Amino acid sequence: MLTIEGLSVKRGGVQALREVTLHVDEGEIVSLVGANGAGKSTLLYAIAGSLPISSGRIEYQGQALNGMSPERTARLGIGLTPEGRQIFGTLSVLDNLLLGAYVDYAGHWRDLLGNIKRIANDDSVRERLATVYDLFPILEERQSQDGGNLSGGEQQMLAIGRALMSSPRLLLVDELSMGLAPNLARQLLGLLGRMRDLGLTILLVEQDARAALKVAERGYVLETGRIVAEGTASELLNSDRIQKAYLG
Amino acid sequence: MPDYGFGDYLQFVLSGLSTGSIYALVALGIVIIYSVTGIINLAQGEYTMLGAMFAVTFYKWGLPLPLAFAASVIVVILIGMLIERLTVKPVRSASPVTLIIITVGVSIIIRGVALLIWGATPYSLPEFTPGAPLTLFGAILSRQRLWIMGVTALVLALLYYLLERTLLGKALRACAINQTAASFMGVSPGQMSLLSFALSAALGAVAGIVIAPLTLVSYNMGLMLGLKGFVAAVIGGLVSAPGAVIGGLLLGVIESLSAGLISSGMKDAIAFLALFVVLLWRAEEVTPRLRSLLRRQSEVEG
Repeated sequence: MLTIEGLSVKRGGVQALREVTLHVDEGEIVSLVGANGAGKSTLLYAIAGSLPISSGRIEYQGQALNGMSPERTARLGIGLTPEGRQIFGTLSVLDNLLLGAYVDYAGHWRDLLGNIKRIANDDSVRERLATVYDLFPILEERQSQDGGNLSGGEQQMLAIGRALMSSPRLLLVDELSMGLAPNLARQLLGLLGRMRDLGLTILLVEQDARAALKVAERGYVLETGRIVAEGTASELLNSDRIQKAYLG
Repeated sequence: MPDYGFGDYLQFVLSGLSTGSIYALVALGIVIIYSVTGIINLAQGEYTMLGAMFAVTFYKWGLPLPLAFAASVIVVILIGMLIERLTVKPVRSASPVTLIIITVGVSIIIRGVALLIWGATPYSLPEFTPGAPLTLFGAILSRQRLWIMGVTALVLALLYYLLERTLLGKALRACAINQTAASFMGVSPGQMSLLSFALSAALGAVAGIVIAPLTLVSYNMGLMLGLKGFVAAVIGGLVSAPGAVIGGLLLGVIESLSAGLISSGMKDAIAFLALFVVLLWRAEEVTPRLRSLLRRQSEVEG
C-alpha cells in the first residue's frame, strides 16, 4: 500500500532522514520506533506532504506522493494524528470531528456554505461519528465542549477520531502515548487493533518501543535518520540489540 | 462646556455607534486576514475607498443604487483576491514584517492608481433613502446613519452564520488556529488565505459604500478609516471578531463624545490616544502576539 524508497529529507537545514526504505502492506499495523530526534515524525510529515523531499520516492497505492500538498494526500485517504494532538482548541469536539470529514466536502460550495447541521446529519458522516463514538464514548458526552477543555487523553482520542472521520485507508499515528498515563496509553494502543479491523492500515511512530511493537505485526527501527533494523514485531522484541537499546 | 441634555448625549452615542459600525467592519477585515494568514493588512482601509469609488462610478453610469452597491462589492472582492494572489501568495514564507510592509506598498499603489483613475476631486453618493432626519428622544439622526447600523448588523449576522454555522467557516477558523493541522484535514491554507482576503475586501467595500453619502468620496479616504479600523482591531485584541466589533463601536462612541464635549478637532487625536492606552492596558494580551510576530521574523532571518 505504501512504499518508500531511498527517502532523504532535510529539516531545518539538518539531514533528518537518509535513504529510508520501507513498506507498509494493506491491513498491517507497522511500528516505527526509535529515540527522540531519530526522524520518526519527519517521516510521517514527509509522507503526508508537509515537508519537502530531497530525494527518494514515496508511493501510495501505486501513485507517487512526491511534491503533493497535505490537503491532496488527505484527499487520497491518508490520515495523520499529529504529535502533540494539535486539535482545534477553540472549536467544539463535534466541530473538530466534522472538520475531519472536510475532505469529502472540499470544493462542494453548497455543502460548505450550508448549515453544518446538515453535514452532521449526512448518512455517511453519521455512520463515521457513530464509529468514533463507539471507540471513544467520552467524546460523545463532551461533543459540545471546546476541544481545548478536554484532558490530554481525551484530546488524543479526539485527534484519532478526527483523523478517522476522513475515512482514511492509511492512518499515520505520531507519538500516541506521549504525555499520557501508561494505562491510558496502552488502552489507546490496544484500540489500534480494532481500527485495523475496520479496514485501516496503520503506520505508528512511537518512542515507547515495547508498547508499539506489541500491537504491530512488523516494525522498523530508526536511528539518526536511518533504518537500522527491521523485522516482525516479535523478532524485534526478542533481538538482543533492540532490547538493549530501546527496551531497557 | 455647553449645557447638554439627554437628547444631545443620545445623539452623540447614536452617531458614534454608526461611525463605530464602519470602524467595526474595517477592524473585522483586519482581524480575519490576521487570524488566517498572520498578516496585519494595512491596506484594509483602501477597500473602503475602492468600494465607495466603484459605487459612485457605477451609479454615475446609470445603475440603480442597490445594483451599484452590489456590483461595487463584487469588484472589490475580485480586487482583494487579485491582491492576495499577486502580493501574498508568491511570498507566503516571507517574514511577517516583510508581509506587513508589502501591505503598506499595496495601499500606496491602490491610492496612486485611484488618484490616476478618479482624480483628486471628491465625489458624493446620494443617501440611500433621502428624507428628513428622524428624531428619537430628542436626538436627531439622519436616515443614512440608520442604514449604516442596519447594514452593519446584517453583515455581522451573515458573518456570524458563516463562522459559526458552516463547515467552511469552521475550516477558516481551524486554519487560523493551526494551519498545519488544518491542512491534514484537507483544508487548503492557500484557499483559506484567498477566502480571508475576499471576505475582508467585501467588509471594507460595504463600509465604504454605506458611509459614502455622509462623507465625500476621495482617493485618500481609506487611509484614516484603515488606521481607525486598526485601532479598533487592537482594542479588540487583534484575533477576536466580537472584540473587533466592540472595539469599533467603542472607538466610534469615544470619538463622537469627545468631538461633542471637547472639540471636533480633537477626535482623531483622542482615537490614537485610545490606541496607546489600550496597548498599555492590554499589554499582556497584545504584546505576546506582537512578540511572537517578531520571533517568527527572527526565525525567518536566522
